Amino acid sequence: MGFFIETLIGGLMAGMLYSLVALGFVLIFKSSGVFNFAQGAMVLFAALAMARFSEWANAALGGNSLFLANLIAFVGAGATMWLVAWVVERFVLRKLVNQEGATLLMVTLGITYVLEGVGQTIFGSEIYNIDVGMPKEPVMMFENLFEGGILINKEDFIAALIAALLVGLLTLFFQKTPVGRALRAVADDHQAALSIGIPLNRIWVIVWLVAGVVALVAGIIWGSKLGVQFSLATVALRALPVVILGGLTSVPGAIVGGLIIGVGEKLSEVYIGPMVGGGIEIWFAYVLALVVLLFRPQGLFGEKIINRV
Amino acid sequence: MKFRALALAAAVSAVGLTSATVSTAAFAQAKEQFFPVLVYRTGAYAANGNPWANGYVDYLKLVNARGGVNGVKLSFEECEFGYATDRGVECYERLKGKGATVFQPLSTGVTFALTDKAPVDKIPLVTAGYGRSESQDGSVFNWNFPLLGTYWVGADVAIQHIAKQAGGLDKLKGKKIALVYHDSPFGKEPIPLLQERAKLHGFELMLLPVAHPGVEQKATWLQIRQARPDNVLLWGWGVMNSTALKEAQATGFAREKMLGIWWAGAEPDVKDVGAGAKGYAALTLQHSAEPNSKVVKDMLEMVHAKGQGTGPKDEVGSVLYMRGLISSMVAVEGVRKAQERYGKGKVMTGEQVRWGLENMNLDQKTLDGMGFAGVMRPVQTSCLDHMGSSWVRIQTWDGTKWVPGTDWYQADEKLLRGMVLNASRKYAEEKKITPRTPEQCKQ
Repeated sequence: MGFFIETLIGGLMAGMLYSLVALGFVLIFKSSGVFNFAQGAMVLFAALAMARFSEWANAALGGNSLFLANLIAFVGAGATMWLVAWVVERFVLRKLVNQEGATLLMVTLGITYVLEGVGQTIFGSEIYNIDVGMPKEPVMMFENLFEGGILINKEDFIAALIAALLVGLLTLFFQKTPVGRALRAVADDHQAALSIGIPLNRIWVIVWLVAGVVALVAGIIWGSKLGVQFSLATVALRALPVVILGGLTSVPGAIVGGLIIGVGEKLSEVYIGPMVGGGIEIWFAYVLALVVLLFRPQGLFGEKIINRV
Repeated sequence: MKFRALALAAAVSAVGLTSATVSTAAFAQAKEQFFPVLVYRTGAYAANGNPWANGYVDYLKLVNARGGVNGVKLSFEECEFGYATDRGVECYERLKGKGATVFQPLSTGVTFALTDKAPVDKIPLVTAGYGRSESQDGSVFNWNFPLLGTYWVGADVAIQHIAKQAGGLDKLKGKKIALVYHDSPFGKEPIPLLQERAKLHGFELMLLPVAHPGVEQKATWLQIRQARPDNVLLWGWGVMNSTALKEAQATGFAREKMLGIWWAGAEPDVKDVGAGAKGYAALTLQHSAEPNSKVVKDMLEMVHAKGQGTGPKDEVGSVLYMRGLISSMVAVEGVRKAQERYGKGKVMTGEQVRWGLENMNLDQKTLDGMGFAGVMRPVQTSCLDHMGSSWVRIQTWDGTKWVPGTDWYQADEKLLRGMVLNASRKYAEEKKITPRTPEQCKQ
């Protein structure tokens, strides 16, 4: 029983991190109708910027204040993501207002490769460290109740808390602020939003910036766990079944979807994996998402699309 | 309007794809021995691929700086394949037409794909420390050269080392050993040998595959925590290794009980984990980090000091840099040996280089003279043994650097030979290959 609970908790914490990446997909899709395939590349790009800026700032400060170096790096990486958002809007999306979804998806596929290539060219392709003081050693709990106790990974726990906090802030931003409402209006209909005076170009920069900041936070958390290197871009693949399951337009869907996928893949790997040779958690997450789609094609929380003929 | 939009989208995608697949062309002129270099300087394994490629290319430059191979200068061209098997085969097809006489795929997957092509194209494949283990049998695998060691050698030595720590092979009975492996041909390669050893000594083998690239291992390490194996063998590459060490730390599994293959024993695998990996040990493909070796000093003096170094200076002598350098050296020595028979100062063909690789005899004096004293032991190949050496040391991470052990191990020749012959004969039957006889070998 203790092992089951441990696996469940591990899955929930991993799921919270998937939600964070999935949020990037949802934010951009919700406000611009673009399925941003480049979200994973944005995570990598932001993490590379953070790691290298921190390293350079730390060296410039003589290695005396890691906190200050990280703060400078966070601001620098945030500014870099703003620049990415501006370039994407100005040179890529501006000409593509109201185009087919497939066209926009192809564009983001291109952006993925450009960000991965440019990111590694500017910042390098080695493994870089982000040290934000995350604890690495585990803690044992409930040793009296379960044999061997329940192991909690402190780093994952803190990461899950940060992710939950960011999700909460973004929900408030979307629901309660004028900019959030404008974002939703643009998502509903570009032309209609333009006609009532919503500045589409600025809104797109804002939404890509917000997705960039989400990518930065995800990049810091994953980068601290795994080291900053190219594989961070593949983290996005972990979030794809989350958005399939939760629905592309729903912030709560990204959260619930993330938790279900996180728990589902860990339990499947631990309990079904040994029967079929193991290594199933990645594709099992997609199986889980596809099963849900059989019954709810729009995902758990997605909007049902009804076209009248 | 719609056409313009689609065109723009396609253009952006194309720019991205091009930037990801472009290869670095270097110099390749007539009357030079051409070396194709398959590299992955981008992608999930770039952090490990870069130092290997830099060491490989730098050594070719060092040979040129020393006057070439009996006056024949070496040329090279890199092809970026991102550790993707299909792109690796594409690189092979492109570079073979440019006069390639020896290929080093740096991927077990690509090696499997090229093993059938090499005899047709008459280009030897050198797979130093990777590739198909049964290809040690040169009577069947005429064109494959798993020089210095195969994964069966690695697995065998790993078990010997664990047994030595436990007090003898008989002490393995009842123990549990987990193999955490990259779910790819590379990661699966040691399984037959480990199963054989498990049968012989009565230990339980627990197989735990990790999907590419290996960034998600939480479930794997939860299973380890539950099963509590006595030892964990780590058969990873790239980010999988550092992730495994971090998960071991996060689940409280003692790093002293972990032993990695030589591809899980380089600086990028542990640097990021630092003190968290202290006590973790890994096999070496003879060499460890060798910053004080003569060949490294020569490299710094004759190549880097002249501004011709391929990568950063402080990387010279690191584990994977040395792996690339030694891989390059054995290929060059294959050419040198071929020249002894087919004409000194001439450019060799693939078939001639194959003969050179099959008759290589790098004794300690020769190695020491080339600057490899203390770095590696003799290599002697033959028709029946395309590996030439199976020496392995164990190195341990002390929190800041790799510390090589003093004991040298060798794979159990009797066990290995039987398995190699079984597997190679099976392959020969499948492919309808008639193994070469000792008489044919002499030709």
